[in-house]
Amino acid sequence: MFEKDYDDIPGTYVYDGRMAMKGYVLNKMFMSFIDPANRERFEADERAYMKEYRLSDEQCQAVMDRDLLRILQLGGNVYYVWKIAAIAKWNMRMVCANQAGMEYEDFLENRLGLEPAGD
Amino acid sequence: MAQMIGGVGVSHIPALVPYQDQGREEEGEYAPFFEGAQPVRDWVRENRPDTAIVIYNDHGLSFFLDAMPTFALGAAPGYVCGDEGWGARPLPPVPGHQDLSWHIIDTLIEDEFDPTICQELELDHGASMPVRLLWKPEPDWNIKIVPVAVNVIQHPIPKAKRCHDLGKAIRRAVDSFPGDEKVMMLGTGGLSHQLSGERAGFNNPEFDQSFMDRLANDPEALTRLTSGDIMREAGAEGVEVVMWLTMRGALDENVNELYRNYYSPVSVTASGLQLLVNA
Repeated sequence: MFEKDYDDIPGTYVYDGRMAMKGYVLNKMFMSFIDPANRERFEADERAYMKEYRLSDEQCQAVMDRDLLRILQLGGNVYYVWKIAAIAKWNMRMVCANQAGMEYEDFLENRLGLEPAGD
Repeated sequence: MAQMIGGVGVSHIPALVPYQDQGREEEGEYAPFFEGAQPVRDWVRENRPDTAIVIYNDHGLSFFLDAMPTFALGAAPGYVCGDEGWGARPLPPVPGHQDLSWHIIDTLIEDEFDPTICQELELDHGASMPVRLLWKPEPDWNIKIVPVAVNVIQHPIPKAKRCHDLGKAIRRAVDSFPGDEKVMMLGTGGLSHQLSGERAGFNNPEFDQSFMDRLANDPEALTRLTSGDIMREAGAEGVEVVMWLTMRGALDENVNELYRNYYSPVSVTASGLQLLVNA
């Protein structure tokens, strides 16, 4: 019942019911970052903040590591996940390079086809 | 009755927001994107629409996964441009058009679409970046909006055909709205891009150009694509193009394409801009 026509797209994690069941609390924590007071509280003590949201140990570690690919695999929805990137002051190219497992310059040149000097 | 004067498809991209907010559109890497919007700005200035119906998706500002509406319609007097994680935008609220919102809601329910009705709604870059691209608060915006949010962030998302049909239903509502207001559609999101997974950074210019061709001339062909088909060709987040199809549904069967711009990548997104008017 849960097989989808998009399951074989390489390198792609579609946020559907299967991911929703894994990642709800993780995304709920990311959503809280739309309040600047919460962003500050998170930055002051990440572990304590994550405990409030009852993230699993694995999810906590992925967030501490800013390992966005792992975060996705553990149920993160990219539309919420990038709020942690905003806190880390990463732009979207850094977000994507991180998940692609590529060095930033390599990502710009070989994934986006840009000269390495882009922003 | 109100008149539907045309539709614009445009990408919404957060990397463009600081350039808009700091008045640096002509500076830097994305200047070609902003310059490329000038013909559409000119068209807006010449044709003076009263209201834009903005088809967009929320990126985790007004809606969370606790209760994610498939279609939601704003019926507020105005819409604040809120803080989605990068800080609030220095923009005044965009005025709403409550009478038209409620007329569309009434008509959609009669048509057996059942949108979530929002009497308060904050706009994120998904709506505010495209609106700010075509209008400036000087200090008045010179436009009213009816925001229509489509869930493209949690699958299953509405089918391409359903989105196109929603556009058709919105058109029936506009055609039966008393008065002589001019209304336009603004379909946002896309074109090809992927922000997630090892394939992040994926773009597909061939798909994008073919999508815009078909949007103008054969939108029915696009309604046969599944979400999986679109994600395969346009990237996981490229599935946002269903919101362009919603815009298209509100136009006549035959349209003239007055303008197209394509610039890739803005940030990591292949940006499209297309202006369609009824033939």
